[in-house]
Amino acid sequence: MGACVCVCACREQRLEQDRELSSWRQRRRSLHRSLKRLRADLQERLSSLVLWRGDIHLIEGMFGTGILSYFSFLRFLVLLNLVIFLLMFSFVMLPIIIAPHAGGNVTFNQADGQNVCSVYPTSARRGLVIFHEHITDLLSGGGFLEQTYLFYGYYKVHAISFPGFTYNLPLAYLLVTVAYLCLSLVWIVQRSATGFKRNLIQDEDRFQSFCNKIFAGWDCCITNEDAARLKRSSLLYELKTDLEEERIKQKIADRSRKERCRIYTIRLILNVFVIAVLAACFYSIYRATIFSQKAQMEKMVQICYLPSIVITLANFITPLLFSVIINFEDYSPAFEIRFTLMRCVFMRLTSIGVLLFSLWSQITQCKEGPCLCGYNHQLYSCWETRVGQEMYKLTVFDFIIIAAVTIFVEFPRKLMVNYCGCGLMRWWGQQEFAIPQNVLEIVYGQTICWIGTFYCPLLPAICTIKYFFIFYIKKVSLVNNCRPATRPFRASSSNFFFLVVLLIGLALASLPVMVGVGQINCSQACGPFVNYTVSWEVLPRTVSLLPNKALRDLLFALASEAVAVSLFVITCVGMFYVIALAGAHKRVINQLREQLVMSGSARNLKVASSIPEVALSETPHPDCSCPAGCRPAGLTPPPGCECIHEGVNVSRYCEALWVI
Amino acid sequence: MGATASHLGKDLLSEYQVSNVQEPAHKRFTELLSREDKNLPDPRAPTEAILTLPELKSNPFRERIVRVFSTSESRDGLTFEDFLDLLSAFSDSATLEIKSHYAFRIFDFDDDGTLDENDLEKLVNCLTGETDETRLTPDEMKQLISNILEESDIDKDGTVNLSEFQHVISRSPDFVSSFKIVL
Repeated sequence: MGACVCVCACREQRLEQDRELSSWRQRRRSLHRSLKRLRADLQERLSSLVLWRGDIHLIEGMFGTGILSYFSFLRFLVLLNLVIFLLMFSFVMLPIIIAPHAGGNVTFNQADGQNVCSVYPTSARRGLVIFHEHITDLLSGGGFLEQTYLFYGYYKVHAISFPGFTYNLPLAYLLVTVAYLCLSLVWIVQRSATGFKRNLIQDEDRFQSFCNKIFAGWDCCITNEDAARLKRSSLLYELKTDLEEERIKQKIADRSRKERCRIYTIRLILNVFVIAVLAACFYSIYRATIFSQKAQMEKMVQICYLPSIVITLANFITPLLFSVIINFEDYSPAFEIRFTLMRCVFMRLTSIGVLLFSLWSQITQCKEGPCLCGYNHQLYSCWETRVGQEMYKLTVFDFIIIAAVTIFVEFPRKLMVNYCGCGLMRWWGQQEFAIPQNVLEIVYGQTICWIGTFYCPLLPAICTIKYFFIFYIKKVSLVNNCRPATRPFRASSSNFFFLVVLLIGLALASLPVMVGVGQINCSQACGPFVNYTVSWEVLPRTVSLLPNKALRDLLFALASEAVAVSLFVITCVGMFYVIALAGAHKRVINQLREQLVMSGSARNLKVASSIPEVALSETPHPDCSCPAGCRPAGLTPPPGCECIHEGVNVSRYCEALWVI
Repeated sequence: MGATASHLGKDLLSEYQVSNVQEPAHKRFTELLSREDKNLPDPRAPTEAILTLPELKSNPFRERIVRVFSTSESRDGLTFEDFLDLLSAFSDSATLEIKSHYAFRIFDFDDDGTLDENDLEKLVNCLTGETDETRLTPDEMKQLISNILEESDIDKDGTVNLSEFQHVISRSPDFVSSFKIVL
């Protein structure tokens, strides 16, 4: 395996070969070559069209591949949201918009005033509207925004009859919801497949980390002198931490029983404390949501935003608390980081869950016993729009907070650290770009987007624009204010970590959507599902109206319990098979490794004892030859290059350049 | 270990070089030459000039890289062919085999074909910095080297040879993305 690269030598060789071939073959070869060149050129041009390629390359050069992975994750989310919006737009909004132009006849859901459930008082402001009320409406999604394409309640279409076919809008709405959840799942899983494979291998071979850090530690993309200095110091820090962690592990293994009991009691107390803090936060979110919903009539911005404010405060305080608590629990440093991160992830994503739970309890509980319309029609004449408004408010507030923190906290901090040399500033230090916290921020925003798209179809577009601006805000803040984190984040595992957290967010987001679609009675006063009890009902009803009886029976059979149970059983069997296969591979790898070690040492013994005449000569054995045309020449052969000597194959002594 | 595998690699690489790498590389290379050298038939850029390239300036292994790719007897200076070799070995399209082969030669400070403890010590010192406060203590260095040998030395002979190095690199997820220079 002469792994060397010859440019001119190969080209000369090729030109010589060309001359020997016939002219027809020459032409075919040159055509082949020019096609290849064209393809490479096209690929190069396509890759230059990738969004933000130049910016990300600049960030990679200045800060390395760890922070780069955050920005490419952000780019992925922008694309994902754009695709979801296009789906929603083309199947739900576009038919309504082009119906008058394409000769379609739109049938609206009739709101008969007799039924008390279908009363939808308009929330548009009447009379003279003060300007700041427009701003309030924009921020809270109420007022003039409520009866627009933005929210679920506007889509009161039953069907659109184009010349030739009828477009069933409620069915389209439901199917697009299912489609965007599945699309997100598939795309994320596909993106994380490579990272997952690597992580499996890495986990199995936990003691590879030192070699990876030393041999692959230097990022050759770094061109900036400051960044190089920082990289060196971060490498030093990483190595020292790892070595210290090994010493700590040794110390933990040497712990006495009394010490272990003490540590476990401390950990138990602290975990109970953490659970108590979390419970307190969730309860305050619950109460804030209920208070804000009941006080909706006031239409004051502060009341509207109360749940968002409480969630943001809780998510700001708890990570600080967790990072203080973890110091007392005496774990190994790597586990500390991961555990704190898991706690923060749990906190962030569950706070959304608590908000939705409190909304759900408000919607489905009426004052006097079971609800007349299946939901609380006095408070919520159109509850889906209300939920959409909450998600809209969360998104807008999240964006405002990110922008405000960057402008009003990070920039002044940098100015103060640079120009005010007092001790406090120096201790606080320059801003570090903390990758995990930033990732949690955007995963939180994306989870809200997934939940809210069913109730607020334009939310993906808003999120696309939001992430677009966040990219530039973060990039400017990074370049001007930040230094790289002293605790470096591995590029390889960080991509996998981001996508795992995103998957958790997706799983969490599907739950409220499923409950909303399948469980809660849909509003009778607004939206496309007025004629159905629950939104999901549109699907069985459409299937039962299909002309083809065989297809109908097949679809009903697919939805039955028998198919579901058998699918589950097959999936379980498949999983067990794959796990068993992986275990078998692991065993084979271990066996082969032991064999290598044994054969190596056996050979050492054999060579040393039985063939003492094998002189480790300076010149290679004539049977070892350098592959023709390989450069560089003049390299001294490794000592002991022998191939076959007295019937014993000692070819392993021939290094890469010297082949038999 | 056959010659056919490398032959395929050479072909693909030369295609890439001819179309996408040669013209900008030639421009950058001629900027490094002194005026007299530009007129020579096969000019050789001196090592000091090459080390001023921004892509190599911050690299702690820059001198080793120039030594490894240089074809002159004194291992000083690169011709344009050597320069192209360097770029193609560090490019995106170079295979893991090629990259790990060159990485091994770069890390082999004493050019003896194996990475022994001295090589590893020099390697770690290059990575962390040259001054006293940026080095590991001797105890930490010993612990680190013994860890590295434990992970990579399969036949337990106290040194890492090329096959062991390539085995370790193949399991290393960050190597391909860090062993990359783009002009």
